[in-house]
Amino acid sequence: MFFFILRRLGQSLLVMAIVSAVSFSLFNFVGDPVNNMVGQDATREQRIEIRQQLGLDDPILSQYTRFLGNMVQGDFGLSYRIKRPVDDLILERLPATLELVFVSAVIALVVGITLGIYTGIRRGTWASRAILSVSLIGVSLPTFIIGIALIYLFAVHLRWLPSSGRSGTIDFGWWKTSLLTVDGWRAIILPAITLSLFQLTLILRLVRAEMLEVIQTDFIKFARARGLSERAVNFRHALRNTLVPVITIIGLNTGGLIAFSVITETVFQWPGTGLMFIQAVDFVDVPIMAAYLVFVALLFVVINLVVDILYFIVDPRIRLGG
Amino acid sequence: MTDLLQITGLDVEFPTRRGTISAAQNVHLTVKPGEVVGLVGESGAGKSTIGNAIIGLLESPGRVSAGSILFEGDDLCLKDETAMRAIRGNRIGMIFQDPQTSLNPLMTVGAQLVETIEKTEAARGKAAEARAIELLEQVGITEAKARLRAYPHQFSGGMRQRVVIALALAGDPDLIIADEPTTALDVSIQAQILDLIKRLCRERDLGVIIVTHDIGVIANVADRVVVMYRGEVVETGDVAQILGSPRHEYTQSLIAAVPRADCKLERFSSVDYIEGGTKPFKRIDVQTHWLGKAQSHARGETAIEADHLNLSFVLQKAVLPRNRKMIKAVDDVSFKVTQGQTFGLVGESGSGKSTVARIITGLYPPDAGVVRVLGQDVSSNPKSSEARKARRAVQMIFQDPYSSLNARMKVMDIVAEPIRFYRLTSSEGETRKIVGDLLDHVGLGAQVATRYPHEFSGGQRQRISIARALASRPRILICDEPTSALDVSVQATILNLLKDLQQELGLTMLFISHDLPVIRQMCDQIAVMRNGQLCEVAEAEALFNAPKHDYSRHLLDLMPRMDLLESASE
Repeated sequence: MFFFILRRLGQSLLVMAIVSAVSFSLFNFVGDPVNNMVGQDATREQRIEIRQQLGLDDPILSQYTRFLGNMVQGDFGLSYRIKRPVDDLILERLPATLELVFVSAVIALVVGITLGIYTGIRRGTWASRAILSVSLIGVSLPTFIIGIALIYLFAVHLRWLPSSGRSGTIDFGWWKTSLLTVDGWRAIILPAITLSLFQLTLILRLVRAEMLEVIQTDFIKFARARGLSERAVNFRHALRNTLVPVITIIGLNTGGLIAFSVITETVFQWPGTGLMFIQAVDFVDVPIMAAYLVFVALLFVVINLVVDILYFIVDPRIRLGG
Repeated sequence: MTDLLQITGLDVEFPTRRGTISAAQNVHLTVKPGEVVGLVGESGAGKSTIGNAIIGLLESPGRVSAGSILFEGDDLCLKDETAMRAIRGNRIGMIFQDPQTSLNPLMTVGAQLVETIEKTEAARGKAAEARAIELLEQVGITEAKARLRAYPHQFSGGMRQRVVIALALAGDPDLIIADEPTTALDVSIQAQILDLIKRLCRERDLGVIIVTHDIGVIANVADRVVVMYRGEVVETGDVAQILGSPRHEYTQSLIAAVPRADCKLERFSSVDYIEGGTKPFKRIDVQTHWLGKAQSHARGETAIEADHLNLSFVLQKAVLPRNRKMIKAVDDVSFKVTQGQTFGLVGESGSGKSTVARIITGLYPPDAGVVRVLGQDVSSNPKSSEARKARRAVQMIFQDPYSSLNARMKVMDIVAEPIRFYRLTSSEGETRKIVGDLLDHVGLGAQVATRYPHEFSGGQRQRISIARALASRPRILICDEPTSALDVSVQATILNLLKDLQQELGLTMLFISHDLPVIRQMCDQIAVMRNGQLCEVAEAEALFNAPKHDYSRHLLDLMPRMDLLESASE
């Protein structure tokens, strides 16, 4: 296991190095950084002075090393537009995104696995067929349409829930949460459902397919032949054996949820990192884009590592096989 | 004595969209306490269906449509699911074929035992654990206490089957149904497991039904035998009577098809009763045909030479080489195979026989040693054009006919692949004609070329494999357990086909098997392998009549006793 994790760490570092190189090159290829920083009436001398201050005339390699060094310390420079440190901006916005993703992941997992088991065990019943048909809609409809439909129904038509924004937050100084007030929950529920719907249907269909397969195996048949109750057979024996592929998908998708909550955040004007990224793209705010790129890559790498370690915990064959 | 189980007039049917398929008709069967009943037949004969029907676990949509299953006087067919669940495990235990797949891989053996004990007995917690240890000891597992915390994959196949038996015994049942309990195991392990089943049957006065296709197993353990053919019981009787003087025509030909271990015959006798009606297939004249071209019928030259082959696998990785655990899969193996002969490689699983075959075909490069095919060194520089050319002369037939054919390719493309790869023909039309001839020659007929592998039975698929192996005009065939996944009757026809082809084409064969009677019938020379080493290389008859090495003697002793059969044929 030690070797396995060591190897994975090495691979992760390589991925991060490549991504950071790409993000570094953004500065040089997407517009001229000096142009973005000085006013239109700056003189040629001022520009040259800034170039030298920023070290833009140094060899490219030493610039990159400096970028890497700063990056490791969490320093991504100042946003062109807001003139504040980028890492502060990201940290400020991260709680909103993380809470949104957390709530939607819980919805997707709980509902997805429950319905997956149900449709796997009771296949062919009226309810299973209905669930599967509805789940097709979840897979095929794009997120923004679902979001807008939910807003129309619950915010505009029924007027039960707010249509956008994040309200009812409580500030701990380092973390602003909206999960402690009724208003906060009212605001988060629609975007969370919107974000979870695709994952939910994916998990549902995956758990169902895996259940159908596992139930055919000999050890399930043997468990039945030993007279174990249906519940023990289905949950203790079958469900755990479906988990390895499910964990993979959940892991990859959680990364995707955080990185690509962009659309949901835009539709609901949710003040998270995704919305920040979209605004940065609009204004060609290169430092934020570069930092976001590195941040998303780091997220995927960490989640993949966690997923690999989870395999070890779930499946003893991997654990002991080394 | 009263009957423990009494099945009368049982019909089982599977309603499908295309009509109802009858899996068993009018089956009568009785089991007394302390008696082992063998249920024998070929695949599809309905033997497993009977086992599943007794325990109430018929695969959907199967159902019992007539008859009764009286278990200690109660009709099991009338009980509902809850009542059946109380009987499963407690009163009737079941053992399945493959110990690799019948245990939950994610739960420790102890947890699986304890959950079963807690369900079937009053014992809880510590008491259940103590009972689990006791059970494991009864089935012959040492250090049972420590083994409770082990996972199934940490046990060997035989040990796992012991765990399965312990699980089946957990509820102290009166009847055990063992569905092919030793088919997936080695001969030596098979003997141990059969002994264990027999012992438990006597000690606990259990009724046992052993479902099997292996006449050897029946001869070893059964007291009475029930022979099934196409869903019907064709004969019931004492083991001595059934094996010694079978009355029904089917039983007679089934027993005749069992490969003889006691003497060598020219051909295998096939189960005519099944084969009846199949027309003799068109054979081609190899002297003039494409297949016969480039064949030298020269004998006496060395076809394969293995020269001090060594290959190790890493068992456990470590940074320091001295901490690594290696296993020597092939340890200084040398032998020569003369052209036109069949060379047998015998040994138990893990002895390295398949690894040797893979080294010869170039699938694994050896750590040390040289492989020469028809005099050409193919292992030192495997990518050279000479080595490639020599390797074309070697083709392989694998054990499992279900996984060795690409399910998404038509038979035509499967067989034509080597021809196209080596560009052996000048036109597509010629390729198609040759594939047709090959399929004719292996007894399938050219018309099957447009079908897919799943449309064929195991034996027919193995014929496709043979046609594919022949397509590159090989001079050496490597057969890795070519018939161990097949029924006795099918085995006989496939082995006869291989023998015919060898004679016609002057092929050299390396024949790998754990089945000693088959080896005796097929081979001229035999090498016995154990733990990666060659124990003994001898002429076939010499080895069987007077084995020199202790291990060879041990293996020969383990062959299921067929005295009953032999006395019958005299």
